[in-house]
Amino acid sequence: MKEKKRKKKRVIPGFGLSLGVTLTMLGFIVLIPLGSLIVFSAQLSFRDFIETVTRPRVLSSYLVSFQTALIAALIDAVMGTLIAFVLVRYDFPGKKIMNGLIELPFALPTAVAGIALTHLTTTNGWIGSFFHKFGIEIAYTRIGITVALVFIGIPFVVRAVQPVLEKLDIQYEEAAHILGANGRQTMFGVIFPEIFPALIGGFTMSFARGLGEYGSVVFIAGNTPYETEIAPLMIMSELQEFDYASATSVALVMLLAAFVILLINAVVQGRTSKIVNGIG
Amino acid sequence: MSNNIRKNSGPVKWILIGICALFLTVMLILPLIYVLFTAFEKGIRVFWNAVTDTYALKAIQLTLEVTAISVVVNTVFGIFASWCITRFQFKGKKILSAFIDLPLTVSPIIAGLIYVLTFGRQSVLYPFLQGAGIKIIFAVPGIVLATIFVTFPFISREVIPVLNAQGTDEEEAAALMGASGFTIFREITFPHIKWALLYGVVLCTARAMGEFGAVSVLSGHLRGKTNTMPLYIELLYQGYDFTGAFAVSAILVLMAVIILIVRSIVEQMGKKEGE
Repeated sequence: MKEKKRKKKRVIPGFGLSLGVTLTMLGFIVLIPLGSLIVFSAQLSFRDFIETVTRPRVLSSYLVSFQTALIAALIDAVMGTLIAFVLVRYDFPGKKIMNGLIELPFALPTAVAGIALTHLTTTNGWIGSFFHKFGIEIAYTRIGITVALVFIGIPFVVRAVQPVLEKLDIQYEEAAHILGANGRQTMFGVIFPEIFPALIGGFTMSFARGLGEYGSVVFIAGNTPYETEIAPLMIMSELQEFDYASATSVALVMLLAAFVILLINAVVQGRTSKIVNGIG
Repeated sequence: MSNNIRKNSGPVKWILIGICALFLTVMLILPLIYVLFTAFEKGIRVFWNAVTDTYALKAIQLTLEVTAISVVVNTVFGIFASWCITRFQFKGKKILSAFIDLPLTVSPIIAGLIYVLTFGRQSVLYPFLQGAGIKIIFAVPGIVLATIFVTFPFISREVIPVLNAQGTDEEEAAALMGASGFTIFREITFPHIKWALLYGVVLCTARAMGEFGAVSVLSGHLRGKTNTMPLYIELLYQGYDFTGAFAVSAILVLMAVIILIVRSIVEQMGKKEGE
């Protein structure tokens, strides 16, 4: 069918105009600025680049970013799937409010979330004082960064998994149930394989977002070098010293990491859709 | 239909709901309550003084302006881009969509950085801009550009799936009967996409209003000139004026709640019409 369409003459008007407007705006907003990043980094000497990105302080900022974003994305994956499941399968009072709340991290400015979470989790904050009794400090530690990133990433997983669960026919679960599967077997044998690609999609989005997140993290992190300094903050402080070369070097590594994550996601999605198409 | 499954998992059901409710209350609702609580802790008068401060008002005004420009630009782009991508077959379409979605995965700080590199001191454009007296970096145009960048794909991402699902038959029929492009869009396409478009506009507004990282790189942090609300909040917070910071935050919390309500309404209207 696709072949046929391609050969057919375009009947709908506006191809030139819409492509023109799209390319022009894309060019000005995205391509030229990104291009200037590439042009600028081509002028960097390779040795300076390696030297910049392997400075201990930069390396530890990568580690902090990677570690906290990964843990946060894993927590989001578990809690997000659970929330999506509860929202799709159960009826309970307040369900609509719960559903409407999920997008709050998209709607609430990250700086506001950042200062609120910080104040809540300091040793005399509402939440922080509770954990302080057990000797757990949240604000100004990596745990604090992780908390902020969990907040930022939760809607990505819920909104990726929810539509798939909605489409999933409950008959599969009933069949599994009749055939004698218990709740756990149904969950991991029937539901999980169906939602897996969507879950990976949501997980990678929240992971990628967590790696680059700045607004909510700077307040709660405390920004101690080697301890709670995230990679975007390294770029920021180098920009404030007008050291564009170092800032660009650090940014290039982060961009590379983001692309690798997206690539992994694309491979997973491509493989699963191939399997599904093969059967169907 | 699924009663037998639900009945069997009675206690499990409530335990799961309880876990989710607890998680969402601590992670999402508590910060909201905390902002409002702290903003009004010292009385409504202190709150009112904080938000009617000259610099606060300037920040609110700048935020509204930047948000309005970004939403308009991205709406125009979103409509053209989704029309182009869903209505025609052409080479390089996949690459085009990938580039449109790119800003979603770029860290806001890097978004700011690329504009600094494009228009800043070391750029080839700099002498020219300097000569023409145009200031982009550390000025309002930079803030606007960065905000447009971070919200760039928000509207096309909502509209494209709807247009893809709808197919092109109706538009083709109209075109064959001699309708002009604009008529086709107004009479056929727009009614289908209006809720998705509105939904995209809501998301775009929310993000544009609250963007912090990218704007922070490009703003010169000049009080009353290039400080948006989130930057102004940072400034107050770092000056240990917590009441002031949370008072201005309370306005943004209120706007976020309004956005969430509008979002649910738009979503439901869209669903109703889809049925």
